[in-house]
Amino acid sequence: MMKEIKVLGTGCAKCTKTVDVITKIANELNVDVHVVKETDLEVIMGYGVMTTPAVIIDEVNVHSGSIPSRQDIETWLQA
Amino acid sequence: MLEIFTDFSTWLVVDIFGLSKETKLGDALHFFIEDTTKIFFLLLVMIYLIALIRASMNVERVRDYLAGKHKGVGYILGSSFGAITPFCSCSSIPVFLGFTSAGIPVGITMSFLITSPLINEVAVLLLLSLLGWKFTLIYVLVGMSVGILGGVFLDAIRAERWLQSFAAKALERGQNTSIVKAKNSTTLSLKERHTFAKEEMLEIFGRVWKWVIIGVGLGSALHGFVPDGWIQEHLGDGQWWSVPSAVLLGIPLYSNATGVIPVMESLITQGLPIGTTLAFCMSTVAASFPEFILLKQVMQWRLLAILFVLLLVAFTLLGWIFNFLTPFI
Repeated sequence: MMKEIKVLGTGCAKCTKTVDVITKIANELNVDVHVVKETDLEVIMGYGVMTTPAVIIDEVNVHSGSIPSRQDIETWLQA
Repeated sequence: MLEIFTDFSTWLVVDIFGLSKETKLGDALHFFIEDTTKIFFLLLVMIYLIALIRASMNVERVRDYLAGKHKGVGYILGSSFGAITPFCSCSSIPVFLGFTSAGIPVGITMSFLITSPLINEVAVLLLLSLLGWKFTLIYVLVGMSVGILGGVFLDAIRAERWLQSFAAKALERGQNTSIVKAKNSTTLSLKERHTFAKEEMLEIFGRVWKWVIIGVGLGSALHGFVPDGWIQEHLGDGQWWSVPSAVLLGIPLYSNATGVIPVMESLITQGLPIGTTLAFCMSTVAASFPEFILLKQVMQWRLLAILFVLLLVAFTLLGWIFNFLTPFI
């Protein structure tokens, strides 16, 4: 089943980087993902996120405030 | 203990480069090397230690704590948290919305957001090592007062009228529901604190080192190449117009506190009055066009203009007050 991953952020450099990192690791692990960058403030607010970049996987907020570590990303992708 | 950096710089400039400290270049270079090595050292050590202590502090906790607080203490708390909670300025919009949708009044949120760039552990640390505890205390008190009074003022004029409509709706929803998400507060182990502190140190250092170079570079250029006594002679009396001019000059310039403090040091030793220096530096740090463009997403032009004028007036007033008070301190 394809995972739906949203990266929330208002367009800062770290948010773009987060998207890239997740996509790259997913490719390495051969996990089928759909990564979306979400910049709409109302949507971001809706998740109650206050520090960006934040990562939402299947509508659950798993991370916020920094570029996630490789280890974390691998755990999410393999879950 | 910090003399070691002066000695190191003297050794490098005089013994290795063969320059005299009496020459302009030698003097400027000495200032530059002494300050950058000292600041880099202090930054690395202190960011780590401070991060170790405040590892469990984050904006979510601040929000939960501020929500539902009485207004009177709210401004003071908002400003205090602004001083001690770190967050990247690129997060200021989500933080604004997060606070707003928890029903926290706009004034209290702004107390937090105005104080935050002005006061942080790096700024305090640099002030202490470059300008001494007395000046540091003044800086912190003034920075917090601007945040607190700014917040009180914005609520007094009912600034929430001029939020963008979705933010205003979020505020209204937040005020009518009293659900505060209680985050399960986990206690951190020493190892987790160490990991956090190490990452924090690398992250902050990676972000501010270039500002230190720019700031110290400007400071040493001022130090070495502006003729001795020029500033003292022309601006040393704290002429009334020098303060608003300094603020107007400072607003389009943008720097963070780390970059501006070495410049402050240089300006003060050159004889620029404390009030004028504070006014210039605080307007450089607190008000910037990129920040205002970001805030446009949540505020209407009218509120942005008010905020802009508010900061302008506040920094001018504090400059005048300090220039007036200097003889008595």
